[in-house]
Amino acid sequence: MGQLLRLATAGGVDDGKSTLIGRLLYDSKALFEDQLAAVERTSRDRGEDYPNLALLTDGLRAEREQGITIDVAHRYFATPRRKFIIADTPGHIQYTRNMVTGASTADLALVLVDARRGVVEQSRRHAFLASLLGIQHLVLCVNKMDLVGWSEQRFAEIREEFRRFAMKLNVPDLTFVPISALHGDNVVHRTTNMPWYEGTSLLHHLEEVHVASDGNLIDARLPVQYVVRGRDFRGYAGTVAGGVFKPGDEVVVLPSGFTSTVSAIHAPGGEPVDEAFPPQAVTVRLADDLDVGRGDLICRRGNRPHVGQDVDAMVCWLTERSTLTPGSRYVVQHTTRSTRAVVRDVDYRLDVNTLHRDTSAHSLSLNEIGRIRLRTQQQLLFDSYRRNRTTGSFILVDEATNNTVAAGMIIGPVLPAANVVWHAAAVGRDDRATRGLTVWLTGLSASGKSSVAVEVERRLVAAGRPAYLLDGDNLRHGLNADLGFSAADRAENVRRTGEVAKLLADAGVVAVVSLISPYRADRDRVRAAHQAAGLPFVEVFVDTPIEVCEARDPKGMYARARAGEITGFTGVDDPYEAPRSAEVVLRPEDGDPATMAGRVLAFLDR
Amino acid sequence: MTATYELSHLRMLEAEAVHIFREVAATFERPVLLFSGGKDSVVMLHVAARAFWPAPLPFPVLHVDTGHNFDEVVEFRDRTVRRLGVRLVVARVQDDIDAGRVVEETGPKASRNRLQTTTLLRAIETHGFDAVFGGARRDEEKARAKERVFSFRDSFGQWDPRNQRPELWNLYNGRHRRGEHIRVFPLSNWTELDIWQYIRDERIELPPLYYAHRRPVFERDGMLLAHTRFVTLAEGERPFDALVRFRTVGDATCTGCVESTAATPDEVVAEIASTRITERGATRADDRISEAGMEDRKKEGYF
Repeated sequence: MGQLLRLATAGGVDDGKSTLIGRLLYDSKALFEDQLAAVERTSRDRGEDYPNLALLTDGLRAEREQGITIDVAHRYFATPRRKFIIADTPGHIQYTRNMVTGASTADLALVLVDARRGVVEQSRRHAFLASLLGIQHLVLCVNKMDLVGWSEQRFAEIREEFRRFAMKLNVPDLTFVPISALHGDNVVHRTTNMPWYEGTSLLHHLEEVHVASDGNLIDARLPVQYVVRGRDFRGYAGTVAGGVFKPGDEVVVLPSGFTSTVSAIHAPGGEPVDEAFPPQAVTVRLADDLDVGRGDLICRRGNRPHVGQDVDAMVCWLTERSTLTPGSRYVVQHTTRSTRAVVRDVDYRLDVNTLHRDTSAHSLSLNEIGRIRLRTQQQLLFDSYRRNRTTGSFILVDEATNNTVAAGMIIGPVLPAANVVWHAAAVGRDDRATRGLTVWLTGLSASGKSSVAVEVERRLVAAGRPAYLLDGDNLRHGLNADLGFSAADRAENVRRTGEVAKLLADAGVVAVVSLISPYRADRDRVRAAHQAAGLPFVEVFVDTPIEVCEARDPKGMYARARAGEITGFTGVDDPYEAPRSAEVVLRPEDGDPATMAGRVLAFLDR
Repeated sequence: MTATYELSHLRMLEAEAVHIFREVAATFERPVLLFSGGKDSVVMLHVAARAFWPAPLPFPVLHVDTGHNFDEVVEFRDRTVRRLGVRLVVARVQDDIDAGRVVEETGPKASRNRLQTTTLLRAIETHGFDAVFGGARRDEEKARAKERVFSFRDSFGQWDPRNQRPELWNLYNGRHRRGEHIRVFPLSNWTELDIWQYIRDERIELPPLYYAHRRPVFERDGMLLAHTRFVTLAEGERPFDALVRFRTVGDATCTGCVESTAATPDEVVAEIASTRITERGATRADDRISEAGMEDRKKEGYF
């Protein structure tokens, strides 16, 4: 018996989505003869020249009467290998709410594009929402290949265009399948019409895609749902939200902080199990008699979630009857906890088509997505949504109507400023022996930044001045080990490195940073932070042309990027935004790294 | 790490249902589980009992009795609740007929199916039930395909399909005011085949009607109906013996059977895996009323 795959689809009849799903269902025998006969009859009555498979699940009278799909439709089919649940939603922007709902539990998202039209706004929006909801597998089906003469070149164009866009998203597994849903090419069986396509059929991919390790198997989390009491029995029932629990594990119960040991784990019906992992529903017994109740969370002593009342989150607003504004109060449901919350602030509203952040926005209405800060009455025990879809998600409920009004994805605890008071120290900057500053070298990979930085650090230290090199690659082994290469992660990488540099500079050290830091806005934020702290910031642009960098290519990265093995590589398929007003600009004609370092030091001594 | 942390699809569906049962038991005051002796309600009760092991089921079961039952089903119902030690509440359609709250249909096609709604809502109100577990599945019928796991009912017991609460992740919103209630469908994502595979794997006992047996039947509207004391044959309808089994079991007057030789769970699984007709299409006269038959009944408060 196979595993379960939950997939989300979005779109309309124009993309051929209904035809595609109909074909998957019919070819896997999940569509029954009486259903098909009913659909054919109704389609004929309406004068449609093909069976409109949307009629199968447009189950509500209003949907049939208006010929539109309003709600999330669930469709089920199975092959000998796997069972599938499709959460199918309409694709227009006014159904963002439904797409978010359908995507919330999906393992994989299917995005369709018409080969003639290519990547359009709607396909980008669907991909973005899939990524926002933490779906790790995305399949772009390039449909209607028959109408573009089965063109390999057309497919490649669409693939490249979509890949460029997807680099801004957090989708680790991206697959492209050229299909014709109408004729069945590459849907269930591989076609002979596109001999150049070396991949598998769509269904084969859906059967094979590995999703079992998508869940978080690292951070053990068991939100206590229900306390089971029997004669000489006390067990904590819940659904494992992360990690693996085993009898004998030393655990801590939050928020109380009491520790104990797991004495037994039971599956439904009582069978003892050796380990429990997501999404198993289990009953856990502890060696000690503790006061544990619904809303508490069991985890490992050395790996705890955030515990706090201030949460930074992305939310999607789900109702047309009200808007989200600062000061509004709701009930927040998070894991098995339910408490009151107030919206502290709306940071920005996100345009789901362009990903533009509108920081002037102060409210969110139906279908809008934005970043907010929330203050809860009781503490929440949470992880970031990116790390854990269960302990990182919440809903907001309007107490006046009892309606679910928002879906939330936690970014993290609200960081400083707002409610952390700066502690004045007894030592001022003038009391220190040396004055610090930050030298920030930016440029393409293999531009020579690090060679110059190493030389600058060496000569400063040799001259008796405290200096410390912060190398981007090295930091990714530790401080920034949890970050990838999406735009958001790059921004965070730069922010953290900037903060560390600032601390060093404040301590009287010359922080020498060597970091590609490709985006101007990210670097400018670091500069602004230094200025605000009264610390000098020297931006050094290592302006080596890409041809030169590529010819050097010491780690073979450019070659791999050109071959398509890695994506999102600065200069190849991700932009590098040159500084407009760097304090120092170094070009290859300036000489070797030692000479360049001399120029930087000359600027510092100025 | 070499271990693979994967659950089979049945264990995944079971875990989802267990989560739902526990959620309701923890957050509602008076839940009740609808139990008719039909296979979906039998599976639902089985999963519920597993969810609270070793404690007894923390809520009673409710049977809405049309009075037109198959004898084997009533016998099975009583035996099952005794075995599990659960409290059975029976709400009788006959009581509502006697009290004049509903009027019985007449004629050869008369059925008490639709009258059950009044009886069900009366029982919910009388006992103050605030969560009612039903065994409905989304693959059964297209109006059900759009219904939430936690489905809100207003103080008249009515469903508003155009105004459903969004349902995300496994966060279920069961908030309601006094007099309103929530219908809860823990088996929403199961298909008929899943139900049977689970029955087979868990060795769950069902009323014998679900397996091939010989009985007198007659044909009506292209379906085979059991010839019982509750039906009046119309002109031209003749009873005959056939080897049949029921794919669904409801009111004896409107539940059809199919010709079948499947006498064991394995054989039924094989039969279902190869059938090309939906279970309701094959066997439920009540769903054939109109294209929106189910939606209309559900809005009124039906199961």
